[in-house]
Amino acid sequence: MSLSEDDVRRVARLSRLALTADELPRLQEDLSRILDLAAQLQAIDTRDVLPLAHPGSDQAPLRADLVSEQDHREAFQAVAPQVERGLYLVPRVIE
Amino acid sequence: MSAPTPAQDKALALPDRGLRSLTQALAQREISAVDLAGAFLQRLEAAQPTLNSCITLDRERSLQEAAAADALLGGSEDAKAAARAAATTAAGPGGQGALPGGLIGALAGIPVLHKDIFCAEGWRTTCGSRMLENFVAPYDAGVISRFKAAGTVSLGRANMDEFAMGSTNEHSFFGAVRNPWDLQRVPGGSSGGSAAAVAAGLAPAATGTDTGGSIRQPAAWCGVSGIKPTYGRVSRFGMIAFASSLDQGGAFARSADDLALLLDVMAGHDTRDSTSVLRQDGAFSASLGQDVRGLRVGVPKEWFGTGLGAGVGAAVQTALDQLQALGCELVAVTLPASAQAIPAYYVIAPAEASSNLSRFDGVRFGHRAAEYHDLNELYERSRGEGFGAEVKRRILIGSYVLSHGYYDAYYLQAQKVRRLIADDFARAFAGCDLIAGPVTPGSAFALGSNSSDPTAMYLADIYTIPVNLAGLPAMSVPAGFDQGLPVGLQLVAPWWQEGRLLQVAHAYQRATDWHQRRPPAFSGAAA
Repeated sequence: MSLSEDDVRRVARLSRLALTADELPRLQEDLSRILDLAAQLQAIDTRDVLPLAHPGSDQAPLRADLVSEQDHREAFQAVAPQVERGLYLVPRVIE
Repeated sequence: MSAPTPAQDKALALPDRGLRSLTQALAQREISAVDLAGAFLQRLEAAQPTLNSCITLDRERSLQEAAAADALLGGSEDAKAAARAAATTAAGPGGQGALPGGLIGALAGIPVLHKDIFCAEGWRTTCGSRMLENFVAPYDAGVISRFKAAGTVSLGRANMDEFAMGSTNEHSFFGAVRNPWDLQRVPGGSSGGSAAAVAAGLAPAATGTDTGGSIRQPAAWCGVSGIKPTYGRVSRFGMIAFASSLDQGGAFARSADDLALLLDVMAGHDTRDSTSVLRQDGAFSASLGQDVRGLRVGVPKEWFGTGLGAGVGAAVQTALDQLQALGCELVAVTLPASAQAIPAYYVIAPAEASSNLSRFDGVRFGHRAAEYHDLNELYERSRGEGFGAEVKRRILIGSYVLSHGYYDAYYLQAQKVRRLIADDFARAFAGCDLIAGPVTPGSAFALGSNSSDPTAMYLADIYTIPVNLAGLPAMSVPAGFDQGLPVGLQLVAPWWQEGRLLQVAHAYQRATDWHQRRPPAFSGAAA
């Protein structure tokens, strides 16, 4: 199936990905090829088949109900792009 | 670079010694961990301009770890306490999966190269991406804690396809890795740096991850042994996520014997990974000597069809004959739904990736764009600049198949096909003890040969992807050559039967010498 440039822009917006003008036509072509590959699935009869989201999720044990989180704020903020007084800085979102 | 010291000369003269032999040499103080690490670091540094197998080498940090291993070998109480603490950390809070006492310090001084996807405190951990170019991990992955408890020494950080997305290692922000058997070819991917380094004798062992074949395929193309354990066997805590229902950590080494020792250390429960499983299966290294006579080896007819290259097919057929000569019984099995594994995978894996990679927002860690006007632009530009082409393709496909109107037709349908594929294996294993076949349809691609159509690269994963969809354990074992390039034999076992895989691979390696062949350009380094 073939995607339009607008389809690519829409899904890029959903993905929070800025694309350059050069990237668009190439992505339009590549994504269409990948969706062509994925479209082969439509031919399979899956009536009465239950979806499998995860292999073997029934075998994992429940963990004990313990307080396990420790305070790593300094270590984690040391690798952040911009912090001040223990807060992550972002552009203003509320006027 | 300084000339090797006499002790390093001695270490370099340890020709292709397996981990058992190296462990013994270290325990008997025939060689120190510092000298052994120094010898391998020298090889890694010397080969870096040619192979580009590493993203980060930090000699000082590696040698510090080696000095700690020497202290552990010397019986230092502080070093023992540190190893025990790492074992406790590896189990997670309230966990019972700590390493058994016998494994604490079991690999003391053994140098291991880590795929740059496992967070390791103090090491730059890039995942092959510009997004994490300057990210120094603030904590250890579960796998890293377990290796620390065993006393291994980190040699550095292996190159990889960006966020483990790729089958050629050409999608690394830090440049392509080259195949030591032919520098004009790719090593495979996504764990290409790990495979190339072990093949060239630059490291005795390396870690990797396998989401759709990322351990088995580079192991096959570089002529080394690689294992992808059962989903849930090895903790994914601190292993940067690509597709969480498929990702599994594993290892590369020169033999099944070495892999068993590595898996003994890596496997185990971690409360910090909710899919990690608590099991007491005993040591994998203990099952190696068991007799393989009478084991039924299933040969799936779908894996020997028109898509299989003649050279690879011939080598794999010879390997199957060898298994028969060892006393295994070959039986025909059928995996009809595996033909749909690639389309199912290229819906499921991107869907999970688009969700997992949403954490890279330019706010808490990773790349942040220099210019933006509002929060949305901060996200979009940071991600647009930080991610490479293959990662963008997969995020976009993932968002598309999960979006309103397409979810049922793509994502849900792919999950139903995934069930059919898993059911095929369950039926096949009712009539056999393990499955054997090719790892890949052909041998290593020439560099750049898939740049015009990304789906051409995807098709090469036809024999490895079904195994991830079903969550099964599998290996790649060197099994000959196709016009001078290595070919792998794939072995697949039922859930939790890694011991059986290693047992058969070990018996095969006692009868053949493919795993001992070295790339001619690097046989000097390994000899």
